[in-house]
Amino acid sequence: MSDHNYVPESKVGKWFNDRLPLLSLGAHLREYPTPKNLNYWWTFGGILTFCLITQIVTGIVLAMHYVAHADLAFESVEKIMRDVNYGWLIRYIHSNGASMFFLAVYIHIFRSLFYGSYKSPRELIWIIGMIIYILMMAAAFMGYVLPWGQMSFWGATVITNLFSAIPLVGESIVTWLWGGYSVDNPTLNRFFSLHYLIPFLILGLVVLHIWALHVPGNNNPVGIDIKKPSKDTVPFHPYITVKDIFALLMFMIIFAGFVFFSPNVLGHSDNYIPANPMVTPAHIVPEWYLLPFYAILRSVPDKLGGVLLMFGALFVLIILPWLDTSKIRSAVFRPLYRQFFWILVIDVLALGYLGAMPAEGTYLFLARVSTVYYFLHFLVILPVLGFLEKTDPLPASISEPVLTGGLSTSAAKSDDIK
Amino acid sequence: MTLNRLIKLTLSILFVVLFSSKSFAAGSNIENLKVDWSFAGITGKFDRSSLQRGYQVYKEVCASCHSMQYLSFRNLGEKGGPEFSEEEVKAIAAGYEVNDGPNSDGEMFTRPGRASDKFVKPYPNVNAAMAANGGAYPPDLSVIVKARSGGANYIYSLLMGYEEKPADFVLDEGVYYNKYMEGNKIKMPAPLSDDLIEYSDGTKASLDQLSKDVTTFLTWAAEPHLEARHKTGTKVIIYLILLATLVYFSMKKIWLRVDSEK
Repeated sequence: MSDHNYVPESKVGKWFNDRLPLLSLGAHLREYPTPKNLNYWWTFGGILTFCLITQIVTGIVLAMHYVAHADLAFESVEKIMRDVNYGWLIRYIHSNGASMFFLAVYIHIFRSLFYGSYKSPRELIWIIGMIIYILMMAAAFMGYVLPWGQMSFWGATVITNLFSAIPLVGESIVTWLWGGYSVDNPTLNRFFSLHYLIPFLILGLVVLHIWALHVPGNNNPVGIDIKKPSKDTVPFHPYITVKDIFALLMFMIIFAGFVFFSPNVLGHSDNYIPANPMVTPAHIVPEWYLLPFYAILRSVPDKLGGVLLMFGALFVLIILPWLDTSKIRSAVFRPLYRQFFWILVIDVLALGYLGAMPAEGTYLFLARVSTVYYFLHFLVILPVLGFLEKTDPLPASISEPVLTGGLSTSAAKSDDIK
Repeated sequence: MTLNRLIKLTLSILFVVLFSSKSFAAGSNIENLKVDWSFAGITGKFDRSSLQRGYQVYKEVCASCHSMQYLSFRNLGEKGGPEFSEEEVKAIAAGYEVNDGPNSDGEMFTRPGRASDKFVKPYPNVNAAMAANGGAYPPDLSVIVKARSGGANYIYSLLMGYEEKPADFVLDEGVYYNKYMEGNKIKMPAPLSDDLIEYSDGTKASLDQLSKDVTTFLTWAAEPHLEARHKTGTKVIIYLILLATLVYFSMKKIWLRVDSEK
């Protein structure tokens, strides 16, 4: 938003830019004024872009060798692991990449929750982000089906069966999804097709996500509106790019640790057993990143109720900008919200843990308590908190807390007295 | 503030529980035996002679019931594996009769195996395997180490885990007691015992040795590029750390311009 008046120096550049202002876009991305107090929690946007590109590139290569057929899929994956040059590397990057992608997206989402990045004027960025997140889950689920192991098959059976809970048309919808009367070759084929499609939908939405971000500009740890460009901002390049790259390298070290030294620890061993419709695994569990929703689903005794509540858990996230009634963005200045934020983090982690446990006894009870609390947080605590909470005074600009070296709260207070 | 601290404490405890918990691995209720495998750890490599002995155990014992359909004879000579010489691999392959065809007359025929052939299966199909084994299908062993929670330790434990059943434990005909099997019931009779085979390299073939060697072989079979993975991984991570260090100092230098401003 800084310079619509960018003029390329070279004649060719000017000629091109007059017809297609790509160079202006480049200049905008370079100059884009970014709050200078962004901490490392803000580097996950760049990290997520890296994850998406990695998944797309490795996925395209895998698709060159993979065979989407119920009788051949498992074997073709083994062929990739054994006979394709560096096939093991590409597949392990792709399978662990999914987990890394979710790890990053969860940090990104919780960062937004902590610093109130979903609030006006950034509601659309948040909603587009949530759609991306839902598409990510769909893509990951379908991708997990492709190796056609036991968990692929039974996971697909359980998840698609959820739709049978819909009154009247449920059974027909499930048959339509399967392309038959059980999860079989037609299901595998369409999942492969959709698994290839969704990442490109996500890519398009990421462009919108960033576009919508560049209208109001980044939120920041202090959460106040700032003048752009000003003393409070730095140009995106080189300040933010170098920081993002550093954070990305740290992330890649962890990523590489998984890929090279424990590539199967995040998966389930049953998925190395070829799919067998006649044998049900002892415990059918989804991948770790879906476990909180799985816990919510199973905590309701009624199937339809469970499905509705599970989708409800996503829906409350989508309408979050209107559930949170507080005008103050950053949790740094919201002493009560800050506590509830951490309780929510614990609650979601607990749901994840309980989702991996059998749904019985104490586990089931705890899952129900955690589920109730999850909804309580979004539907009761957040709306009420906006009216009850006495927030700390905000600083006038972000230069203050930055210059006093991280003691943002006290700096904010002294600023208020002045 | 205290509440905040309490929450953070709970959070860290939860993390520890989540990541150290064995409860994710739903298996039998008994801890697997632990072996100090040469292939474990960041620089882990296979013990070449153990792999060769392990293949001998597979060939002379397991292969009569268990297929390894994703392996080819040529794999036995590849780098990072048992590394049999080219002649040895050819000789091993030639020891098998392989179905081939149809020939120009449209007839199927058998011929001696070549290095490029897949391991020969003991049974023509799953039904035949089940019929010959009292209704239980002896699983394919190509990826068995990755297909069982507990991995190599579990396979080793299972092979070592045959015991007299407790007095009150009821077993059907053709079912055996195994300490490490889920439910303690297994249809495979104890496959290995002391001096069951004679190792061609003269190693004493104790039950422990046989179990270790075949488990090592099966681990390689499930993960034939493990050594390359460890080696590449070490290089990649060293490279990333060096690059990150350089980028870190560049970042500090670049940001100095902002931080030094009034």
